Order: sequence, then C-alpha cells, then structure tokens
Amino acid sequence: MDEISILPIDVVGGVILLWIALGLFGLALYRHKSMICNVVFPLGAALSLLLAVTGLWGLGESADIAVLPLGLPDLPLHLRLDPLSAFFLILLGAASFGVSLYSAGYFKSMKGRVLGLLCLEYHLFLASMALVLLADDAYMFMVAWESMALSSYFLVTTDHKIPEIRRAGFLYLLIAHVGAIAILLSFGVMQAGHGIAAYTFDAMRANPLSSFWSSLAFLLALFGFGAKAGVLPMHVWLPEAHPAAPSPVSALMSGVMLKTAIYGLIRITFDLLDVHLWWWGVLVLALGLLTAIFGVMFAAVQGDMKRLLAYSSIENMGLLLVGIGLVIIFHVYGKNALAALALTATLYHSINHAFFKSLLFIGTGSILHATGERNMGHLGGLIRRMPWVAATLLIGVLSIAGLPPFNGFISEWLLLQAFLLSPGLPNSHINMLIPVAAAVIALAAALAAYVMVKFYGIIFLGQYREPGLEHAHDAGGWERAGLVWLAAGCVALGLAPVYVVQKLDLVTKMLLGQGLGNSTSGWLFIAPVDIERASYSPVYFLLAVLGVMLVTAWVVHRYYHGRVRRVPAWDCGFPAQNGRMQDTAEGFGQPIRRLFEPFFKIEREVPSPFDAQPRYHGQTDDQIWFFLYLPIKQLTVRLSAWTSLIQHGRIHVYLLYTFVTLIVLLAFV
Amino acid sequence: MDNINLALAVVFQLCQSLLVVALAPLLTGWVGQCRAWLQNRSGPGLLQPYRTLHKLFLKEALLADNASPLFRATPYILFGCMWLAAAIIPIIAVDLPFSQAADVIALVGVFALARVFIALAAMDIGTSFGSMGARREMLVSFLAEPALLMVFFTSSLISQSTQLPHIVETFSHHAFVLYPSLAFASIAFLMIMLAENARIPVDNPATHLELTMIHEAMILEYSARHLALIEWASSLKLFAYMTIGFALFFPYGIAEVGNWGALPLAIVALLLKLTVAGAGLAGLEAMLAKMRIFRVPEFLGTAFLLAVLGLLIHFLLGA
Repeated sequence: MDEISILPIDVVGGVILLWIALGLFGLALYRHKSMICNVVFPLGAALSLLLAVTGLWGLGESADIAVLPLGLPDLPLHLRLDPLSAFFLILLGAASFGVSLYSAGYFKSMKGRVLGLLCLEYHLFLASMALVLLADDAYMFMVAWESMALSSYFLVTTDHKIPEIRRAGFLYLLIAHVGAIAILLSFGVMQAGHGIAAYTFDAMRANPLSSFWSSLAFLLALFGFGAKAGVLPMHVWLPEAHPAAPSPVSALMSGVMLKTAIYGLIRITFDLLDVHLWWWGVLVLALGLLTAIFGVMFAAVQGDMKRLLAYSSIENMGLLLVGIGLVIIFHVYGKNALAALALTATLYHSINHAFFKSLLFIGTGSILHATGERNMGHLGGLIRRMPWVAATLLIGVLSIAGLPPFNGFISEWLLLQAFLLSPGLPNSHINMLIPVAAAVIALAAALAAYVMVKFYGIIFLGQYREPGLEHAHDAGGWERAGLVWLAAGCVALGLAPVYVVQKLDLVTKMLLGQGLGNSTSGWLFIAPVDIERASYSPVYFLLAVLGVMLVTAWVVHRYYHGRVRRVPAWDCGFPAQNGRMQDTAEGFGQPIRRLFEPFFKIEREVPSPFDAQPRYHGQTDDQIWFFLYLPIKQLTVRLSAWTSLIQHGRIHVYLLYTFVTLIVLLAFV
Repeated sequence: MDNINLALAVVFQLCQSLLVVALAPLLTGWVGQCRAWLQNRSGPGLLQPYRTLHKLFLKEALLADNASPLFRATPYILFGCMWLAAAIIPIIAVDLPFSQAADVIALVGVFALARVFIALAAMDIGTSFGSMGARREMLVSFLAEPALLMVFFTSSLISQSTQLPHIVETFSHHAFVLYPSLAFASIAFLMIMLAENARIPVDNPATHLELTMIHEAMILEYSARHLALIEWASSLKLFAYMTIGFALFFPYGIAEVGNWGALPLAIVALLLKLTVAGAGLAGLEAMLAKMRIFRVPEFLGTAFLLAVLGLLIHFLLGA
C-alpha cells in the first residue's frame, strides 16, 4: 500500500479552499450574525495560523509543484511552493490571524446582509492573496492578482452609500488595473512569443532574454507592482482607499496586500529574469528614497489617523524598495554576501511592517468604534479609557518608529549595515549615491518617530478634546486577542532576530545562492558579517534597561520615600483652560508643514480677529495631483471631446461611416 | 573568553557605569560654575547639582490628576536608557562586555527611545506647554538624529566597524592622522551635541521663559523624585555625548580591559578632558545667543549637511 504523504503545498491548497468555503458559508448564514462573528471569523483565523505554520514547514523543504487540471487549454494551472512563497505565506498567515480574530469582534455591529457579503469578500481576499503567492504561471498569477484587486475593491466600498468612499474605491480600482496591465505586458515580454506553454514561470526561467527585453520586462513589472505598492507617483490611491475601508480591511491591505507587490517584484527580478543591470538598482533605489521621504513628510501633516497611517505605509514601501534596489546593485557587482544582507533586511522589514501596520490599523478601528471619530483633533486622553488598545498600540508605535528593542529597529539596523558595508563598488557614481541614500533613510526614520509621537500623543495622551470621549469603551475580547497577538509578534520579532535571520537565509539562499549566516554562536547576538564589525543583542538591551529601571525604582523608594499626591495640573495662572486648547494634529505637524512648504499645496482659511464664530480651516494637498493626474484627466477629457465630434448616436451617420470606410478600403484593394 | 577574564570585564563594566552615574552631575555643576564665572558671578559651587538632586528626592511627588502610568514610568525609562548609553561608550576602558550588545546605531536608537518617551510623557498631562515642548523637541531631533548617525557612519567606515570599542582602538592605535572626513564630522557633532543637550544656541537649560524653552517645557509637570531622575538623566546624557566626542575624535588615554595599571591614567585623562570640554562648552554658551525656534532647523540642517559631506568625502577620497 502506498503511503500517502502530505506536502506543505497540499495543506496550503486546503487552507485556500476552506477559506472560500467559509466565505460562502458566511454568506449563507447572513441571518445569523453571531454565528458569522463567533464561528466563521475565528475559524478563518485558525486557518490563517495553520497557513503560517505550514509556511514555516515549507520554508525548510525543497520546492513543491502542483499542476491542477484546470485552466486554459495547453496551460493548466501551475502552483509552486518554494522558500520565497513560503516566507510570504507565513507573513500572510501570521498577520491575518490577528486581523481575523479582531474582525470577529469588530464586525459585530454590522447589518446581517452586509456582514454576510463582507465575510465572503474577506475570505476570498485572503484566499486570492495566498494564490498570488503560490502561482507558478502567468495565467494563474493574473487570475489571483485580479481576484485580489476585485475582492479588496468590494471590501473598500463596503460603505458604498457614501460618495467619497465610492470615489476612493474607483480610484483604487483604476490604478490597480493600470498596474495589472503593466504586469501582464511584463509577462508577455518574458514569454517572448514562444507559444502558450511558455507562460509558465518555469519556461520563463529557462528562457534567456537579451538585456533590452529584460529591461523592458523589469520596467513594466516595476510600474505594475509599484502601482500596487504605492510607489511615487502611483501612491494616490493609498491615502484615499485606506481610510475608506473598514479598519481590519485596511490592516490587511496595508499589512499584507502591499507585500504581494514586493513579492512580485522580487519574484520577477531575482527568480524569473536572469540578466540584471546596475541602473535597475539605481532606479529602484531612487524611487524608493523619493517614496519614503514623500510618504513620511505627508504623514507628518495629516489630521486623519487612518490617512496618516496610509502615508506611513507609503514610506515603508519606499524603504522596502530601497532594500530591493541595494540587492540589485550588490548582485550586479557580484557582492552576493552584501546582497544577501540587503535582501534579509528587506524581507525582515516586510514581515515587521505586516505586524505593526496591521496592529496600528486595527487599533484605529477600535478607536473609531469607541468614539466615531477619525480626526485626531477630536480625540485625546484615550489611554485612560482604552488601556488595552493604548498599551498594544504603544508597542506598535515604538516598533514602527524604529526604536530598539522592538522589531522595526532590527530591519533598519540591517539596512544601515548594508549601506555601511557598501564602499568599494566599482561604479563611482553609485559610490556617490550610497551615502546620500543612507542619509535620506536616516532622515525618513527620524521623521517617522516624529509622526508616531504625533499619532500616539494626540490620540491617547492629554485631556479629552471633546466631551463625549470620557464614555469611550475599550476593545472587546476578540478585538483584544487580535491586538495582543500582533503586539506580541512585534516584540517577538524584535527579541529573536537570530532565529528570524536563520529562516530568512533559506530564502536568500534560494534567490542569491548565499545566505547571511550569523557569525556568532548562540541566539542572543545578531552579527550579520562579523562580530568585530557589528553586533546587537536586543535581549541584553531590554534586560539592561529594565534592570536599571527596577533597581533605580527600588533604591529611590527604599532610601527616600514613595509618597505621591495627586493634584490638578498646573494651569500657568490661567484657570479657564480646557481640552480644546491642546495641540491639535495640525498644530503638532505645523513645524513640518512650514519646513517643507514647497512640497505641499496648502490652503488655509484663517479667521479675522473680529469673527464672532472664528473658524480655522487648513488643507494640505499633494502637488502630484495637480502636476500629473489633473493634466492626464484633462487630456483624456479633451480627447473624448474630439472623439465625440464624430459620435452622434444617429444610426444613419454610422451607416455613412461604414460606407465611407468600405469605399476607402475598396480603393486600396 | 574564560571565566576570570569575563568576571574582570564585568567588574570593569560596573565600575565604569557607577563612576559615570556618580560623576555626571559634577560635570553639569562644572559647566554651570564656568558659566557663572564667565558672567562675573561667584556661582553655586561644583556640588550644587548633587544638593538639588538630594532635595528633589526628599520632596513629595506631585502628580497631575490625569497623569497616566506612562507619565510615571518615563523618568525611570529615561534614566535606564542613559545608563545604558553610558555602559556602551568606552569611557575609561575599551572592550567592555556590554558594548557587544549594542553598537553605534543602537546607541542612536537608545537616545531616540528616551526622546520619544519624554515627548510622549510631555503630552500626557495635556497642558499647552507640554505638547509645545514635545513638538519642538521632535523638530530638533528629526534633524539631529540622522546627523548624529552620519557622524557615526563616517567613523565606522574609517574603522570598518560599528562597534565603538573597535572605532576607539582604530583611532587610538594609529599615529595621529588628520582625516578630512572626520574634520567635517567633528564640527557636525559639536552642533548636534549643543542641540541634543538643550544648550545655547538651540535651547537654554537655565530658562523658564515660555516662548523659548524646549526641554524645560516638556518636564514642566514633573516634580520631586521624577524630576530628579530626569535631571540626572540629562546630565548623564551630556556626559555621554562628551565622552562619545572623546571616543571619536580624541581617544587617547582610554585603558584596555584588565589593564589595571592603565586605569588611573585613564581616569585622570578622562577628568582632564572633561574639565577642558566643560569649560569650552561654557565658553561657547557665553559667546552665543539663543536663536529663534525656526532658525533651529537651519542650524541643524547645516549640521546634517556637514555630516553627509564628511561621509561623501570618505567615499570619494577613502579617508
């Protein structure tokens, strides 16, 4: 009797099918709201966890391939689970586990019919993201990619009765499709006219391309995946779509879906194409730097908490792109150990961002439910009403600001080490670019801390800015579970970098033929190159700070006293102060707005001193709308106007056109 | 490393940390005394910071009604971070065991962690001064932090390591070489040190004038032992920055671990350097005037550009 062995790819396939089944089940159950919330979403979360565990299992195995008896004639659907897909499956599973747990509590207040539909779209979204990561031919990839775009479009437009949300959804769909066309064309270039069977990724790997066609395929892929990742100047959909979507959906889109674009770019660049040119790396690096600094600058001036997080996602995608650019540059010049370091930093930052950005987005969901307010200027003091959300989000904020000993610091540390090891590249132009790039990265990271102090301080600290806030309620049980899982992930990824880097080595070995390794023994110290050059131990770091804190507190209380008296805050001699007099989000961002004024389009209405009801209104817009998108729109409108000259909607005119065409053609023949 | 050496290294580590924690207020006192002399006052004496700390510890802590646990924990976090910074930097001896746990990038991270917490704590009470101070502090730091990182990068590139002990070893064992990149870096570092330690011309540690203060605005709500810890942490920070400056630009006299004979010399060298640097800082502060808050980004932008220039010069000239 044959032993039936189960491979990781079978489990992943099972998870995908079960997700789709769960979605349909949820749709059928739309009358039983509590069933959807307390059974379907937690089951989906359990599947996510299973997916993450399977990914961890598949990471160590050799690539599994499955061919499904479905698809086009001559092109059945190919699936493949290799270390790269396995890593991104772990990311998907681990982040969506927390988000699904959270959703079980979050969507309770939703209407049944809407909830049933949302449950279907949500699980289809998860399933299509997993399929994108598994796809091993262009057809399968595009089908999964488009299902992902469509299901997320429907999720974004859940509240489709609000016109702004419809508009945001349309913008998202439009840019997603412009990107998808570019990706399709890129696959077309790589297939190189070798018939339909050449659309499998295996055929593309085997198919050598000249540097011109490789560059074309790469540029198309960069454009297509860049549109999905929110790379400048295709970022405009992000700050519109993320605030429009329900918070768990924003969490998934920002935390996971953006990473599929990074996955696609890595897959095409390092797996499918075998020619690499140095200027690709420079292009990606420059785009990444622009995107990062742009994103964080705009995040600093936002007043809406979800828009702020969306701009922060743009920044983080920029950082990831910088990492990929470095990998390409190092790889081209044969410095594979350095390329492995940069790739490790990129992948590490991907999973970090998945955790902390999902955490922050679902946290804003709890705040939105508790207060009904997205504008930070109307929040404040919530740390006293929402201790769970405040504590978990503090971890998220410290992580995203890149502070030790949390996870954001490690990927930043690895990326900066890659910069520091880079001298000695044979191209002197790149040698000039590298220090400037490192400076921009450092600047973006420091500005991110500014943004996050603003985000946390305005929302959670201070006094209540509005009277209703003192009745805000904390997150419920399911929501807490999701928040705690993601926060714990941030801490764990921050404290156990050696373990993570070991796992990432499997991916870098597959793509670059070289892993990073860890030159020290033991799991406490991470030393990417050599312990003499650089090492960092987050555990010792944390223990030292905590130890000193505890000893200090003990000594102070033991040898002096621990007396405390609660008194009203000092009012500076002006007793009529109230919560509205605190800094708003606009106020906190004012120095940045003033400093980077040329980059913003600022509209302000300042009240005159004699106004009985003074009103301040400030709006900071993106210049790119006015330089790029509006001209394109006007051009489109003008072209349509010209076409409409010959369009009358009268049948005899069209018959005349047909007749004239016929005559002209006959004249040629 | 065998056990005896490790134990010895840990003893060195503890000695250095305790010495720094004990000496830091003295440095602040010395700078204050020099300032007083330069302003033709007799001054409070070198030991004034210790007397202030003792007085503050004895007092009853007053907390605002709406202060959250974050507000109470911050002074301890701040003190812990600055202690950690002092443990990483080779002050009297290189190759301390703890310095492997954190390199220069992590050192910048420690300062950033402390800064984020103090800014958050400043916003916790919800008075106008607190959040104004927090906003200004973050404005100062978002330019100073990358500039500091660039200064570290320049010296890391020269010594091929981001570990401070290795940087110090490289510089102190060489014959005296003038690196053009380090010349730029040292000017940038001086400007950053003034800004990060709330000194003139960026901030004035002695002011409580509403419109100009940054650091003092953030800690306005603190009292008693919390304030004492913050003050102590501030003097530790000044001490740490000065010793970073010595380690990067004038690393002579620092002892090797286990070399007891070199230790007295190392301590004397340190005290000498601190005396000169403290007097220099006071002199600089006496000569400069505080600048408007919106001139500060220009000042720090200059520091940032100088630091990047230093790095570029290293990449171009390899020195």
